[in-house]
Amino acid sequence: MLQESDIIMGIVKVVSNAKEALKDVKDNMTIMFGGFGLCGIPENCIAELVESGVSGLTCISNNAGVDDFGLGLLLQNKQIKKMVSSYVGENDEFERQMLSGELEVDLIPQGSLAARCYAGGAGIPAFFTPAGYGTEVAEGKEVRDFDGKPHILETALTADFAIVKAWKGDKYGNLIYKGTARNFNPVMAMAGKITIAEVEELVEPGELDPNQIHTPGIFVQRIFQGEKYEKRIEQRTVRPRV
Amino acid sequence: MLDKNGIAKRIAQELRDGWYVNLGIGIPTLIANYIPDGISVEFQSENGILGMGPFPYAGEEDADLINAGKQTITALPGASIFDSSLSFAMIRGKHIQLTVLGAMEVSDNGDIANWKIPGKMVKGMGGAMDLVASADNIIVAMMHTNKAGESKLLSQCTLPLTGVACVKKVVTNLAVMDITTDGFRLLERAPGVSVQQIKDATEGRLIVEGDIPEMRLD
Repeated sequence: MLQESDIIMGIVKVVSNAKEALKDVKDNMTIMFGGFGLCGIPENCIAELVESGVSGLTCISNNAGVDDFGLGLLLQNKQIKKMVSSYVGENDEFERQMLSGELEVDLIPQGSLAARCYAGGAGIPAFFTPAGYGTEVAEGKEVRDFDGKPHILETALTADFAIVKAWKGDKYGNLIYKGTARNFNPVMAMAGKITIAEVEELVEPGELDPNQIHTPGIFVQRIFQGEKYEKRIEQRTVRPRV
Repeated sequence: MLDKNGIAKRIAQELRDGWYVNLGIGIPTLIANYIPDGISVEFQSENGILGMGPFPYAGEEDADLINAGKQTITALPGASIFDSSLSFAMIRGKHIQLTVLGAMEVSDNGDIANWKIPGKMVKGMGGAMDLVASADNIIVAMMHTNKAGESKLLSQCTLPLTGVACVKKVVTNLAVMDITTDGFRLLERAPGVSVQQIKDATEGRLIVEGDIPEMRLD
């Protein structure tokens, strides 16, 4: 188990690279990964986890990458025991492992996934939502009516590690995301016992405008500037120039 | 009979000025191409943008700017970007006026199934369960029958449900129907489609009252 001394490392959160950030990730841990599809995923940390060979992971991530990128790389390598996601339609290997029973899968509605991460980070143990009532998702869950409408009880999610990707970050762990690469990153950053942020650009404290910070540094324990970002596009759609 | 673009064009007539609208993947995405003149709406994509614009020009794609279908998009002037939690607060909190999504099956009491075929296909529900559980105004855009020619408008869904008693209106290649306590109520026929053809293609309860007009697309 992680001790407080492993988590608190001072107000300056900088580590040198993904390897150092992930040094105490062990087999069978639970890890959250920010990103939506391949947009805003922590590419450098995923590459390092593939390299490390750590296995038996429970991964909480909205999607499971594609066959040869993102979390798909960890799936190909059989490093994932269980996925907690909302949509996995872009990954053939995922579907194969799931239908054959090799991979445990917990599919949950996207809004409930986001709210469960937020709740985990915000000290709210559970909440009621209408999403999933009357479906498989509601099986075994408490149902209660509010204003005459049935809702189901969903519980908070936390993780041993939350790994997020931001556009810019400072050495205190304050983060700014770019475009729709924000997605699940801010709520997952809140829900990790240890949150690792990899950023495209790491700057000195004071260089980021406090009014523009999306994730305050209090939620981040380790930060580093990623070595390279491929930023692969999943569905390249364009319109003709007139 | 309508093609996918025709379905989108017909649903676009339902848009009202000032609405915030969430369009699902597939046929619903096409609706953005047919916004009626004189109407301004903002499209929400649940991965975290309001004010979604058209696809970018070739060479201007931004990997950090996509829609919920993972397609590259643009942001219109006045757009805003937010995280997944806030995005679903908009949805769950009923701040979105219209949700349009596809379906594999719809039942005549408004149940919808669109996320799983047991043992064959499991893509996941994505944001669909949150959308259908909270939206007051849900339109389903789909073909009337499946590839095997079987009706997708049923007395009871056979596939795992996405939501119960939530769909308000269905627009297919054959017809426009709303959903009442007595079943699907036929409102309009697609061009060149007879009431009998619609009856034959609908397994669930279908209410046909009086003359059913042919839909006007222009």
